[in-house]
Amino acid sequence: MLNLFGRNQSRDVAKNRLRNVLAHDRADTSPEFMDHLREDVMRIVSEYVEVGGQGVDVHLQSVEDHVALVANIPVKQLRRRGRPSNN
Amino acid sequence: MGGWPVGEVIVITSGKGGVGKTTTTANLGVALAQLGMKTCLVDADIGLRNLDVVLGLENRIVYDLVDVVEGFCRLRQALIRDKRLEGLNLLPAAQTKDKTAVTPEQMRQVTDELRQEFDYILIDSPAGIEQGFKNAIAGADRAVIVATPEVASVRDADRIIGLLEAAELPPARLVVNRLRPGMVRKGDMMSVDDIVDILAIDLIGVVPEDEQIVVTTNRGEPAALTQGSRAGDAYRAIARRIRGEDVPFAEIDDRTGFLSRLRRIFGQA
Repeated sequence: MLNLFGRNQSRDVAKNRLRNVLAHDRADTSPEFMDHLREDVMRIVSEYVEVGGQGVDVHLQSVEDHVALVANIPVKQLRRRGRPSNN
Repeated sequence: MGGWPVGEVIVITSGKGGVGKTTTTANLGVALAQLGMKTCLVDADIGLRNLDVVLGLENRIVYDLVDVVEGFCRLRQALIRDKRLEGLNLLPAAQTKDKTAVTPEQMRQVTDELRQEFDYILIDSPAGIEQGFKNAIAGADRAVIVATPEVASVRDADRIIGLLEAAELPPARLVVNRLRPGMVRKGDMMSVDDIVDILAIDLIGVVPEDEQIVVTTNRGEPAALTQGSRAGDAYRAIARRIRGEDVPFAEIDDRTGFLSRLRRIFGQA
């Protein structure tokens, strides 16, 4: 919400900054957290594509006023049909 | 929601300093004793003794927590009985030693002994996440986290919640301290809902900013001892919730004001 002078209300700014900082804190203070997240992302993604081996990168990144989960996963080729385990 | 069983040890903690742990401990102790509970407050902040002065009991200390664990006195000899209020007791911290003078195991032994005699044992944790904090949570069955509506305080509270989870304590309950409902309405302070939403833990109380806390702390008479302060009322409400009473949060809820209701009608809240 904007106030009369077009500035963000400090309450909303505080909330955003907190969400940001906590995303990084929670990932940093639990060493397995990002490992588990990375493993699970890779497991699901590999049901759709053949992953190209080297250079997999999954991390949190602050982008302007929010946190993004950024995944860079080299793709060797797409599978003919997704989710083969369900067929 | 059921109350917290008697014989339980409750640690009051926050991570960040200066958010009102000691004031909360003192006032909850008073409020529980007023409900007829035999209550013992333990100052676990060794080397920076504070709870005694907040309670106005600083002139009555003979022995302290470190004397007890080092065997210089019996636990019973170190306890100070508050003459103003039946059932309220203090186990003071040592002022001259440091936090390494007590181990978590010794702390556990002390709290186990206190459990035999008291309905509730409240541990006033030092700030930080080091040994003093580890000592404070060692013998605890539950935790109350105190946070003020500020980024740094909520951030530290989140870290503490993680550490309490790792220590396998049941989910902590939150006291939002020093809330200024007027500032929340103007959009200049995070609301109780904002904080609860971010921390994802259950609320046990909201204490409004109250100048009376400064006055009562000056005098060494916790606000909850006498009627007529908003903070004292809030602490008494928390004590009743600990006892299992369903006390509504409505009186200090920052969303009940006329202006904010108008805002909600117009869809801006």
